Amino acid sequence: MSSQRIDNFGKINREKQFRFNWENKNYFGYEGDSLASALLANDIRIVGRSFKYHRPRGIMSCGVEESGGLVTIGTGNKKDPNVRATSQELYEGLIASGQNAFPSVNFDLGSVNNYLSRFFAAGFYYKTFMGIPPFEWGKGTAVWMFFEKFIRKAAGMGRVSRLPDPDIYEHANDFCDILVVGSGSAGIASAKEAADKKLDVILVEQDNFIGGDQLSETSFDSNNALAELRSLGVRVMKRTTAFGLYDNCVLGLIERVKDQSNPINKELPKQRFWIVRAKHVIIGSGAFERHIAFNNNDVPGSMTVNASKHYLNRYGVLTGKNIVISTNNDSAYGTAEALVKAGAKVIVLDKRENLNSDLSNNNFEVRNGVVPYNINGAREIKSLDIADTVNSTYKKIDTITCDQVLMSGGWSPAVHLLSHRGVKPKWDSENQCFIPGEAKENITMIGSARGIWGKDDCIASGISGALDALNRLGISKTKYFFPKQGGWENSIEPLYEVKYKKSRSKSFVDFQHDVTCDDVRLAHREGFISVEHLKRYTTLGMANDQGKMGNIIGLSLMADLLGKEIPNVGTTTFRPPFTPVSIGALAGRSVGKHFMPLRTTPMHQWNLNNGATMIDAGLYQRPWYFPKKNETINDAYIREAATVRKTVGICDVTSLGKIAIQGPDSTEFINRVYSNAFAKLPINKTRYGIMLRDDGLVLDDGTCWRISETEYFMTTSTAQAGRVMAFLEELLQVRWPDLKVNVTSVSEQWGVAAISGPKTREVLDQCLEDSSIISNDNLPFMGFISANLKGRIPCKIARISFSGELGFEIYILADYANKMMDILWNSAKKFDGCLYGLEALGALRVEKGHVTGAELDGRTTIDDVGLGNMASNKKSYIGSAMRKRGVLSAEDREKLVGFFPVNKKDTFDSGTIICEKNNIKGFGIGRVTSVTHSPELGHWIGLGFIKGGVEKWKDTIVVGSDPIRNKEMEIQVVSPHMIDPGGKRLHG
Amino acid sequence: MILIKCPYCGERDHSEFSYGGDASIVYPSLDAPQEEWVKAIFFRENIKGIQKETWQHINGCRMWLEVERSTITHEITSVKPCHKNLQKVIDN
Amino acid sequence: MTRFNAWNVFKNGLNGQTGWDRQWRDPEPKQNYDAVIVGGGLHGLATAYYLAKNHNIKNVAVLEKGWIGGGNAGRNTTIVRSNYMMPGNREFYEHTLQLWENLSHDLNYNVMFSQRAHVVLIHSPGALDAYARRYNTMKLTGSDGELWSLEKLKNKIPHLNYDNGRFPILGAIVQPRAGNARHDSAVWGYARAADSLGVDILQNCEVTGITRKNGSIESLQTTRGNIKGKKIGFAVAGHTSVLWQMAELGNLPIESHKLQAFVTEAVKPLLDCVLIFGPGGAAHFYISQSDKGSMVFGGELDWYKSYAQRGNLPTVKENGECAMAIMPCLGKLRLLRHWAGVMDMSMDGSFFMCKTPIDNLYLNAGWNYGGFKASPASGWYFADLIANERPHKVIENHNLERFEKGINLDERGIGPDPKMHG
Repeated sequence: MSSQRIDNFGKINREKQFRFNWENKNYFGYEGDSLASALLANDIRIVGRSFKYHRPRGIMSCGVEESGGLVTIGTGNKKDPNVRATSQELYEGLIASGQNAFPSVNFDLGSVNNYLSRFFAAGFYYKTFMGIPPFEWGKGTAVWMFFEKFIRKAAGMGRVSRLPDPDIYEHANDFCDILVVGSGSAGIASAKEAADKKLDVILVEQDNFIGGDQLSETSFDSNNALAELRSLGVRVMKRTTAFGLYDNCVLGLIERVKDQSNPINKELPKQRFWIVRAKHVIIGSGAFERHIAFNNNDVPGSMTVNASKHYLNRYGVLTGKNIVISTNNDSAYGTAEALVKAGAKVIVLDKRENLNSDLSNNNFEVRNGVVPYNINGAREIKSLDIADTVNSTYKKIDTITCDQVLMSGGWSPAVHLLSHRGVKPKWDSENQCFIPGEAKENITMIGSARGIWGKDDCIASGISGALDALNRLGISKTKYFFPKQGGWENSIEPLYEVKYKKSRSKSFVDFQHDVTCDDVRLAHREGFISVEHLKRYTTLGMANDQGKMGNIIGLSLMADLLGKEIPNVGTTTFRPPFTPVSIGALAGRSVGKHFMPLRTTPMHQWNLNNGATMIDAGLYQRPWYFPKKNETINDAYIREAATVRKTVGICDVTSLGKIAIQGPDSTEFINRVYSNAFAKLPINKTRYGIMLRDDGLVLDDGTCWRISETEYFMTTSTAQAGRVMAFLEELLQVRWPDLKVNVTSVSEQWGVAAISGPKTREVLDQCLEDSSIISNDNLPFMGFISANLKGRIPCKIARISFSGELGFEIYILADYANKMMDILWNSAKKFDGCLYGLEALGALRVEKGHVTGAELDGRTTIDDVGLGNMASNKKSYIGSAMRKRGVLSAEDREKLVGFFPVNKKDTFDSGTIICEKNNIKGFGIGRVTSVTHSPELGHWIGLGFIKGGVEKWKDTIVVGSDPIRNKEMEIQVVSPHMIDPGGKRLHG
Repeated sequence: MILIKCPYCGERDHSEFSYGGDASIVYPSLDAPQEEWVKAIFFRENIKGIQKETWQHINGCRMWLEVERSTITHEITSVKPCHKNLQKVIDN
Repeated sequence: MTRFNAWNVFKNGLNGQTGWDRQWRDPEPKQNYDAVIVGGGLHGLATAYYLAKNHNIKNVAVLEKGWIGGGNAGRNTTIVRSNYMMPGNREFYEHTLQLWENLSHDLNYNVMFSQRAHVVLIHSPGALDAYARRYNTMKLTGSDGELWSLEKLKNKIPHLNYDNGRFPILGAIVQPRAGNARHDSAVWGYARAADSLGVDILQNCEVTGITRKNGSIESLQTTRGNIKGKKIGFAVAGHTSVLWQMAELGNLPIESHKLQAFVTEAVKPLLDCVLIFGPGGAAHFYISQSDKGSMVFGGELDWYKSYAQRGNLPTVKENGECAMAIMPCLGKLRLLRHWAGVMDMSMDGSFFMCKTPIDNLYLNAGWNYGGFKASPASGWYFADLIANERPHKVIENHNLERFEKGINLDERGIGPDPKMHG
């Protein structure tokens, strides 16, 4: 036994015991424990295995910088891998296990890698596995992909459940004047000062207790501090991490709402993702204590110095009995004293020869000029070899029996959030750390995040930080100054690596990724000397902790090798997030069916009630087909299309875009927007129009109705509705501000039903208050009129047909849409009519050769689809200057045609490539864009394009090649107008 | 998050807006020759620094805005309606 | 130079890794080169390599303002595929895929190209039709492609959101030869191979000025002195406009936008292909798993023009939503890092590789989302262009005149709105 719980220390609630499970065995801890402290209290030393060599890993810190104690919490679909035991609160029933080990972290077969490690130096995988060993014979990727399977199995840390995450996550937004990150002495001082000045302050603390490093002070009472802040009106957010700082002082926060307990309250989310917009951000995110690289510095039982103090004074856990503390700075002495007080035997190795004062107060032994050299032991520390430093080389002088080695190689301010803003840190050689650079934005760094060590100075910097914010926000002009960096009695002496005598040492820089000092030297030897190259080649700093402890050590080694100062080697940029953020939290409630909004037409439920199978069309759902009993989709749409041609059919076409255009210059505007002539469109008439893009290709088609001298109503395709609307607004507000026109989207205001087929009139006779209003004379083709459905429901009726049959579109206020459908359907039923969906709509239009988005795919010209004659030669319009540029007017462009299968029993599909008969390869001469079974013709037909068009290919037999569906068929090229080319039926 | 101060709606997240493009583009008249249109439609200065650009408050008042913004820091220095009369309407 | 192979890895395991040399030299700039490539990303390094290897032009310098591979080469999601359809693009990307297939052997550097398949989910019959055209064209032009039924897809990737998605999954269209490669190793592999053929790789060498004389570029001013090249090639992606204007050439059909990439903590194998999720224009998302075990993913641009290499929150959120929409088991997996690259988005989504108004200047730019996978062929054809002073037939339309000529290379049919060509 070496680490243990001791009486009279710590702030845990010993009244409340929690049972938890580690690696299938039950243990006890207390309320207020972290999983790490509870594991240590039970003397569990090996909690994980490292990434590459599978070396045993213990708890190495007490915070978010942890790179040893990564564990998996929970089981089944609640399994949560790669959790830092150091920041996981203990709760009743917590289940945790080790990871990256088989069969267990205590006995891991993967640790064979440790014995092969001489071959597994940094980047070795770039040098082999390409071909058959030993000389990489062969070609292609097969050999690599063989090895890769094994490499992938060995890589990775935890295991993700493959079941859907059952937990709930939330998004939330907030605003404040000042957001303070970190509740250490500096952060609390800032928050108090700002709140005192009546500002709206949010204080964010990632821990479940506020206080930061003060939590390791026996006299500090976190609850009192919290109460005081709250009484001042500070909004304190505990268990909340500010993970990223973005433009305009916007922060991303993750609040762990339920991570600390077994989920009981079902309403609460597991985590909450906050976006907070602050006017000023004060960052007191503290500093990370660095370890020291020496041989076997990773054996379980090695830890940072300050962590041990936290375990003692916060959790009541003494982490060792015979403890050696190795340091190069003053900060370790407080811990040494506390540990002695708790009954441990402590020896301090201080690299520094001469100190200004006796920091030990004769309570423990201090050996000056001495450094740790090598840890003996594999699964636990047995003893420590120590060395003295002569002429910068290290010589072993002694071995100390011990069960724990604590390290302090100095402190690195947590400049991460500032780094997210692209502000580069500056090197402070006196304090051997990077300190924050100057931020132009409203950001102030305080406390040890600023490189200030002493508590009083930290508090002063916190107050100054608040005053700085007030000044920069223009609220007050109080004078202030920041205490200078540092604050130790004796200055720190650089100590990054204690170089081991043997050529192959295991002096770890990055514990999780097993990056050693030798790896850094190899990278240097191979020319990876830029910091970013070093990082990428060795993977230093790319593990879960993102190099919070090890980065500076790697930098200093490289600086040494290059004979440069650390700042001249550079620093890597810290990227968000500060600590890893779960994807569930990012997604929030936008999961499952709520991933995207669902748009429905006002007849949505009516369609469903009447048996519709729906299909997604963008964000809309539209009726696809209305199957009768046992009907397949093909049975259904063929029946529907045939019924429309024979009697009558009704279809919900509401999803079309609808735009109201009003103003004295409306006619001029319309005329500029459409490629065809509109200036002379009479009132009460509607016209099919084609809009081009600026580059002259087709943007969209639709109809446009002239309601009055100064008022129009435009419809667009479903897919392009949003784009057309924004484009019209741009034209009016940006390009043609002189035009007096207003456009309004009214897509949601109207419900629309298309009714078509030879019996349409008979049906409408029974639906309208006065059916004479739609007589041929009163409402000719392409006319529209206001009318009343029975029950005096006002509507607009346009005589428009997409199917090629006699047809009308009825527009009604959205609230009356269901009533309209009832009226129409009740009548249509009597004439053997049907409801039809998108599939039959498509079949009817393909027969007629009408184009939709499948043909207008953003690469076609108006001439390509055979509508070039519509385009006006007498006016200029959007795209007119561009539509014939270069090859856009070439003769042999792909033009719209119809396709019949030669064997009338053949079917074919859209996306089929058309080839000449004896040349079935390459890009082909055309393609099929839309297909349908034509009930009228009794076989499948298609629309599509072929180079040169129908003039060149009429009745020629070509080949349709569809290798993706293993199909090939002979196809006859025909006119795209496959049914009723004269349009007689339109006039019914 | 870029915060854009819409002259009508007030300061909002940029995700409420849709980015248009370079506001310095001068669109030729509709009957201008093809070469002028090719230049306007396809070629960009692509400024690295402060540029004038258009945004539309697509999930707000739908106003098209002329925004002066740094493409390096994203800092916005001015926002105004593209349509000059709209500014007058707001001012009144 | 010590060859990379298992034997030498073994030997160096025994000798303490002392037998390895620098992978590329750190030479002082010479005053004159036969060719100077500006941009030490994958495109620039590959160009230098193929100039030396295919065209015996070895007096070549690659100028890099920072460290090689520090731009988009090191910021992408490492996807290699050739599912392009428009003539020109099709042959180009097929060629690049073929180069990738043998790149490790060619460079003697394991670029870890894993042909684990590129799987595009299909959510509507209309999407299937559009993809059918693309993949049929691919197959008819000598590439590979497959249609996976829903049953087969479920069998291959059982843990997708088949039952509770906003958009139904109908199946997938797949390019089996596509996959992922290790981006950094491709950079270093090209650098090492080019260097061994005599190419000077000059890092921390930023072009600060361009001197023109008699219709050609006389010299480049750099932070490491003046450098002359008989021929100059620009391969600087998102920063092309800056150099272009430095050469007083006016405007380009390019806008610089930022695209974010995301990487999670490493976990044991979870996904063994590149998965694409793009339901009907409502989203665009791609995810794969690295050899190390991290899930690597990305989606759409941040939508506004930017030269900043950092992303913004709304896009982070949207990517999280997409990840959960398609793989609902990812909820507890944690995002480790996100960053952004500056993309040279072009007016039709396709690249430029062409001569320029300056006699001895050649342009390589406009890569949109396609830059990483393109790099081997980009280097191959750009070297061919520079050496032979005429475009290869495959890239004859990839020039700045294609817009006035009406030549369409718009894979998505969006039109001249660069941000839409993701």
